[in-house]
Amino acid sequence: MQWEVVIGLEIHTQLSTQSKIFSGSATTFGAEPNTQASLVDLGMPGVLPVLNEEAVRMAVMFGLAIEADIRPQNVFARKNYFYPDLPKGYQISQMDHPIVGKGHLDITLEDGTVKRIGVTRAHLEEDAGKSLHEDFAGSSGIDLNRAGTPLLEIVSEPEMRSAKEAVAYVKAMHALVRYLGICDGNMAEGSLRCDCNVSIRPKGQAEFGTRCEIKNVNSFRFIERAINSEVQRQIELIEDGGRVIQETRLYDPNKDETRSMRSKEEANDYRYFPDPDLLPVEIAPAFLEAVRASLPELPPQKRERFQSQYGLSAYDATVLASSREQADYFEQVVALCGDAKLAANWVMVELGSLLNKQGLDIEQSPVSAEHLGGMLVRIRDNTISGKLAKVVFEAMANGEGTADQVIETRGLKQVTDSGAIEKVLDDMLAANAEQVGQYRAADEAKRGKMFGFFVGQAMKASKGKANPQQVNELLKRKLEG
Amino acid sequence: MHQLTLAEIARGLAAKQFSSEELTRTLLARIQALDPQLNAFITVTEALALEQARAADVRRANGDNSLLLGAPIAHKDLFCTQGIRTSCASRMLDNFEAPYDATVVEKLAAAGAVTLGKTNMDEFAMGSANENSYYGPVKNPWQLEHVPGGSSGGSAAAVAARLLPATTGTDTGGSIRQPAAFTNLTGLKPTYGRVSRWGMIAYASSLDQAGPLARTAEDCALLLQGMAGFDPKDSTSIDEPVPDYTATLNDSLEGLRIGVPKEYFGAGLDPRIGERVQASIRELEKLGAVIKEISLPTMQHAVPAYYVIAPAEASSNLSRFDGVRFGYRCDSPVDLTDLYKRSRGEGFGPEVQRRIMVGAYALSAGYYDAYYLKAQRIRRLIKNDFMAAFQDVDVIVGPTTPNPAWKLGAKGSDPVAAYLEDVYTITANLAGLPGLSMPVGFADGLPVGAQLLAPYFQEGRLLNIAHRYQQITDWHLQSPEGF
Repeated sequence: MQWEVVIGLEIHTQLSTQSKIFSGSATTFGAEPNTQASLVDLGMPGVLPVLNEEAVRMAVMFGLAIEADIRPQNVFARKNYFYPDLPKGYQISQMDHPIVGKGHLDITLEDGTVKRIGVTRAHLEEDAGKSLHEDFAGSSGIDLNRAGTPLLEIVSEPEMRSAKEAVAYVKAMHALVRYLGICDGNMAEGSLRCDCNVSIRPKGQAEFGTRCEIKNVNSFRFIERAINSEVQRQIELIEDGGRVIQETRLYDPNKDETRSMRSKEEANDYRYFPDPDLLPVEIAPAFLEAVRASLPELPPQKRERFQSQYGLSAYDATVLASSREQADYFEQVVALCGDAKLAANWVMVELGSLLNKQGLDIEQSPVSAEHLGGMLVRIRDNTISGKLAKVVFEAMANGEGTADQVIETRGLKQVTDSGAIEKVLDDMLAANAEQVGQYRAADEAKRGKMFGFFVGQAMKASKGKANPQQVNELLKRKLEG
Repeated sequence: MHQLTLAEIARGLAAKQFSSEELTRTLLARIQALDPQLNAFITVTEALALEQARAADVRRANGDNSLLLGAPIAHKDLFCTQGIRTSCASRMLDNFEAPYDATVVEKLAAAGAVTLGKTNMDEFAMGSANENSYYGPVKNPWQLEHVPGGSSGGSAAAVAARLLPATTGTDTGGSIRQPAAFTNLTGLKPTYGRVSRWGMIAYASSLDQAGPLARTAEDCALLLQGMAGFDPKDSTSIDEPVPDYTATLNDSLEGLRIGVPKEYFGAGLDPRIGERVQASIRELEKLGAVIKEISLPTMQHAVPAYYVIAPAEASSNLSRFDGVRFGYRCDSPVDLTDLYKRSRGEGFGPEVQRRIMVGAYALSAGYYDAYYLKAQRIRRLIKNDFMAAFQDVDVIVGPTTPNPAWKLGAKGSDPVAAYLEDVYTITANLAGLPGLSMPVGFADGLPVGAQLLAPYFQEGRLLNIAHRYQQITDWHLQSPEGF
């Protein structure tokens, strides 16, 4: 049997507001437990929520970026359930009238094709606190610092057909919220969390199979692995004559398997109803336009501009525009050195592999855009060769200063003085008299190969500092002569 | 001194006839002597009162003549008072000292009012008789075997017994107006959003509104002046200027159009009450008012709609009382479910549990449309009825309650019988309108109240009408025997 995988995702993004969605408490991650919990966050008797306008602005910004329907009115509702880290016994969320309606996001698949994924809705809600089960023999601790942090829950249509597509979607969403500056995207700290709805159906069948929801998957890698292992489980279950039961499951990365958390029957009846403490939120046309005007350039526009303005290939433009920070870094480097292709190469290849090796994001790069741009200037004015540039780059990464400082202290300046190069060549040719003889006796085809040997020897003798172009020319003349 | 009204106290203090400390000591002694018969107070804040009274006297000596400066009041025990027990008359909060002051408490304290204590009430404001209190029922000073009404029963009984001149209350379905009617007081429920709900422990958030209870309309005007106003901490409070309520008390009633809904005088109304209310309407005619019969046809649906919406909101509002962070926690819970079940089962009284169950049911999947949404539709119809009526009339007058105060325990076994007593008062909460109850006579020694309803933010008009009525009648001056 050929199976088709159907995936829909719910992404919870913590909005990077200064204060919480319904109280004035700070939202900084990692503070001492319960030091960022006010009367409102503690759910004290008699307290009332007041909506943080910044959270509304960020949600609207997101809605505009995915070309969604932003309705003139949205409504907060209470989702009722008991849990110790939910102080009021209900979560303020949105149900029937979310702030962001239908929209879409384009993702680029591995073969380069673009697929449009529908976004059903996105709504604002408050985060819960955290239950701490360690360090409290026989009981649990509650930390309410996170309670009330604004979340935007983004619900996709079930339009992804593989774990890879799902990851591409999450990555695109991750890039988008960071582009917009509405979420720091830090998945390790839980700033962006993902619930995956997974089902399978025989290829060609129109109706969906029964789905399972994998809760709270917190990295790109785990999303892919969790979905794949869940798909495998469902296929094996059905092929063994079983039936998928609608339920919520958890992914265990250590065992690389999902396991049941609760079935549909055990699911809470959340008894949603409009929160009487909060009035419906009106989105005035003027507000909407002001937010629209504040939208930054988004990945698709940026990709296009990189191609037209800098003459980059579609692939390079896509990679460089994949995050706002990388795009900004690249453009800073271009501005300094004036050569977009050179800049693109260095940012994508050398810098890319350095960051990858050290597990760093570009904004933590040990080589700043100024330093890299400065170094590329020195390549362009022939102060250093491309080969020496790698040495300079490494030195800059080790904190040895600007390119000029590294070139100076390490004496890496390229030798362009013809006299000096000729001297090196003469010494080298004298030391390799036998090879010179063979070269001169050889035919055209053989000479080509042997020429490379002399260039290598010359560069070695100059410790890589001789200008390679001059070495080529002078060497050719000397060997012919 | 205990016979003085708030207005008389303000004049006496301004004329330096007595100090706030003297007055406070007199009233504290009176509370100590008489409250055991009534059970109107849950907590008497003697030390705080004397400290506030002395501070008021200092301000007075420095030339401050604010109207509420040094005036003794008490708060219904659901307003949070920092460092003082705020119990909601529930075992659940018997041990709860609020870490902050409600806006109403803060505003009145800043105006110089002296807090004598926290008054008894129905648990979490759920009740119409003040029989649902963890601290025991409150007695009606007019006849001690009768209820004082609820849920602000302690606030009403204390003022009626002249233990102090005025108190704060809250009104979700009549909880200020009905006890005012049962104890011969003037009580005002303001427009929804007029008074901040910050720090007022919620029963039903879309209906709850704080207001004053006092013996005269003038005193209600004075106290409301100190309570009303926009509060950025309450998203449902309305940013509308607060008029000077005392300035319009004596306005003429000439040409005032009074609507009398025929539905208010139908079956179920005690004829003695109907007769007293009609007599009060004739008095208002003498003052120049024009009477018109009107109709409020959806009124019959108000009680069922109210008893869906209020419990639905309550079921959610009271979820925070879970034994985890504050309030009552059961002994040695074995696990989380046990902690929730026993803390809530032991901490809440039966009426609170009943309303949580009703509310949770009304909101549950499959029933939400049939109950909650339908009730909300009725609510809109009721509001539309009033809006239509106020096209033709300036105010609406009728009875506050269908019956006078009943005997303690008389309705204990039948909650629906008690719910039906709210028939005249709950429409104002459903529509968010201001309503006032004023004394208009007695039925066999038990007080009778008439209710006035007005368009949004017309509290000044209601107080004006009641004040003019009180200038030509003396029902409100009658005091219960023994007090």
